[in-house]
Parts: sequence; structure tokens; C-alpha cells
Amino acid sequence: MTGYDVNGSVVEHDEEGYLTDIGQWTKDVADIIAKAENIDMTDEHWVVVNFLRDYYDEYQIAPAVRILVKEMTKKYGKEKGDQKALYALFPYGPAKQACKIAGLPKPTGCI
Amino acid sequence: MSDEQQKKKFFYLNRKAPYGTIYALESLEVVLIGAAFEQDVSLAFVDDGVFQLMDNQDAAGTGMKGFSKIYRALGDYEVRKLYVEKESLETRGLSVEDLMPITYEDEDEDYAEKPSIILVDKSELAKIIADQDVVMSF
Repeated sequence: MTGYDVNGSVVEHDEEGYLTDIGQWTKDVADIIAKAENIDMTDEHWVVVNFLRDYYDEYQIAPAVRILVKEMTKKYGKEKGDQKALYALFPYGPAKQACKIAGLPKPTGCI
Repeated sequence: MSDEQQKKKFFYLNRKAPYGTIYALESLEVVLIGAAFEQDVSLAFVDDGVFQLMDNQDAAGTGMKGFSKIYRALGDYEVRKLYVEKESLETRGLSVEDLMPITYEDEDEDYAEKPSIILVDKSELAKIIADQDVVMSF
């Protein structure tokens, strides 16, 4: 088992880079995971990451991309809830990559 | 899926208590994965399966992570028909009020929240099952 180096301490992740213990997530951890994914976190990235964390908190699952797009549209309007815009922020898949940065498990229903 | 004709009726029958075995959680995972294929999905809860929908579940002490909140996300996945068998509730001294409120948003009516739980008796449920294309039992 390997981990992210966060200010000298190790935060464990699985073979795909998802945190082993969601409780270890902090904003610093998010920045470090993002760096490993070659993503520069902007406010727009944070909107998605925070949305996913809220969704997980409420429903105990990480939503599939389709659901993420639908719910983001409902909450923030068409501009943010746009699949293309989300892929521009997270090129390897908004649900997959943003969930990883949010410290959540791999999305259920993600094929 | 463009052709409406190709839509199949998928039915998931849940008969076991939520904790102690993996059936309930596995069923839920299959439902969520299957929901990506935009089929006509419905779930039914009979026997101890009705306990899966109990309100205010506390999984501490079961040795399993609580997952009851996931049922409330089903509406987002367009899973809107959760049949609960009346006789199973009654045998266990339960009523619909003991179950958690689960709703979906109806996009045809300005996203009005509507209940997903449908109470049916044994004979109604038998007819519903007879009408399905695919039935999976957990």
C-alpha cells in the first residue's frame, strides 16, 4: 500500500489512488492528489469537489457522471452543469478524477 | 437508448434484512450500475427485506457500514418504483410510517417531489412480477 506525502506524513491510498480512509481527507490532501493528477485546483474545481463531498455526506455514495451533470445543473445552472465543462476541468472523467481529489471512493455505477 | 421498444423491465426483489449478509448492499450496487442503462427499473421489498427501508437505522454494532441513505439517492438515478409488500410489513408489526421517506423529482411537474414507495399486497405484487422482463432476487 502506498500513500500521498502530506507535509511529511503518509496518507494511504489504494492501487488507483483513491484514499483508503475518507476520514483522512483535508484540503491539503486534495491539493496533493490534484497535483498527482496534473490538475491545478481553481475555484471551479473546488465547486465540483465540494459538491461531491456534500452529495456523499447526504447519500453515502459518489454519483456517476450522468447524475453529477444533472444535479450540478439543478444547483448551479447549465453553465456549470455541463458535461464538456466538467471534462475540461477533469480530463480523466469528472466523477472519477474529482471523486479521487474529494477523497471519496470510486463512483458507483461508473463503467 | 433511442428505441423505446428496446427498453426492458428490470425488477429487483429484496427479501433479506439489511445487515448480517451482503445481499441488500449488493442488490443496491447492481441497481445503481444497472440504472446507467436507462431501463425501466423497479424494486420490491418483501419478507425481512422491508427492514432495508426502515427509518433511522443505526448500523453501529452490526460490524457493517450503514448504507440506508443510499436508497434516498435512487430518485436521482431515475429509480422511482419501490414496491413494499403490505403483508410483510404487517407480519413484522410495521407500517409505512416506520419507513424512511424516499422521493423522486418529477421533471414533468416542475420537479415536484413525489413518493417512490408504493404499498402493494401479495396479489398485486404477483401481477407486477409477472409483467417484468428480468427479475433478480436478492
